[in-house]
Amino acid sequence: MDDERGIPVRQVIVVGSGPAGYTAAIYAARARLAPLVIASSVEFGGELMKTTEVENFPGFPDGIQGPELMMNMQRQAERFGAEIVYDDVVRLELDGPVKRVHLGNGDVHEALAVIYATGSAYRMLGLDDAARLSGYGVSWCATCDGAFFRDKQVAVVGGGDSAMEEATFLTRFADTVHVIHRTDSLRASATMQQRARSNPKIRFHWNKRVAHIYGGDLVSGVGLVDTVDGSEATLDLSGVFIAIGADPRTHLVHGQLDLTVEGTIAVEGRSSRTNLAGVFAAGDVIDPTYKQAATAAGSGVVAALDAEHYLASLPDDLVSAAVRPADAETVDA
Amino acid sequence: MSTAREVTDATFADEVLGADTPTMVDFWAPWCGPCRALSPILDQIAAEHPGRLDVVKVNVDENMETALKYQVTSLPAIFVFRDGEVVKRMTGAKGKPALEAELVDFIG
Repeated sequence: MDDERGIPVRQVIVVGSGPAGYTAAIYAARARLAPLVIASSVEFGGELMKTTEVENFPGFPDGIQGPELMMNMQRQAERFGAEIVYDDVVRLELDGPVKRVHLGNGDVHEALAVIYATGSAYRMLGLDDAARLSGYGVSWCATCDGAFFRDKQVAVVGGGDSAMEEATFLTRFADTVHVIHRTDSLRASATMQQRARSNPKIRFHWNKRVAHIYGGDLVSGVGLVDTVDGSEATLDLSGVFIAIGADPRTHLVHGQLDLTVEGTIAVEGRSSRTNLAGVFAAGDVIDPTYKQAATAAGSGVVAALDAEHYLASLPDDLVSAAVRPADAETVDA
Repeated sequence: MSTAREVTDATFADEVLGADTPTMVDFWAPWCGPCRALSPILDQIAAEHPGRLDVVKVNVDENMETALKYQVTSLPAIFVFRDGEVVKRMTGAKGKPALEAELVDFIG
């Protein structure tokens, strides 16, 4: 089936290429739905591309490097016929039986079903100087930039798992890692906390808010305000790593898909079904709580099975005309 | 992965500072995921503008001297050198359209 402009209509398009997106693609491809994955131009592979050792993804008793895990998922999806496009979605038209996906390069793809798995985006610090000095001592990726701070003083802003992970990682290089946290307790899991708290190179600054980042060409320090008594202090530093959490990446679907009070995409019960027929959501973009690679992967499975079930419910003429795998080989599901 | 030529601390002066063509230097490291994403895009841009903009790679793990000299503190970092001078500096992975817009002075 082609639309009026001769573009073949897909069975299913997956938006996103983290654990949720690729797992959905693996299942959809094995179900002979020939999924098209819009993987993003630079953020393909998702959050795990910025991590080093992943120790808690089942099946890897000795751990696996994040980027390697994602490359494996990608190859596994391609093996069963998923097609991957390295571009960004700029607009989505999700109502009606045929969904439209507009890409940054101007291409428009169409499908009967869309699986939306765009994950989350880092929360910014909201200081002008943080943006100005980004890449000049302000960083969002300890594994990328840590090695440049050998024997230096650095700070990690935040109190969750990712903040503890970054702080622990940075002790490989830095002289001292200052953890700056707004309250006097951490959100991080017990294991991550224990690891950070027992590390002699990590110093905790409780009840402190970053009010200023100082530096001309490069970061030279931060100005802290005590959240309890309002007192001010300055800390001389070469690097500031920001790990204050992430927000679900929903800007492409505002006004089309219903959101929860937490800002995630609302889905029906334990399913991946959104308020629009044929549109499914998976991974961190629907998950305000767990946000793990393994839970995202499981969520991708749910979305692929829901999409398969939905496609089976559509009129035969619509589905049979949409793109199928080029080869006639049957893959046993 | 990228197919661009590797430049080292030892060859940087010759191959980059002494180059006749403006040269993009892709500072990267094997442990930097976003670098893997960015490098092939730089290759593409250079390939589409032969003779106007070259691209080379510096593995900062093995060539820290050059990275420190140019105060690289964040990866991926892209510098453009012309006649031995830094004429453009960018950090962070970006999409191809955004990179082309930043490089318009050289490829426009």
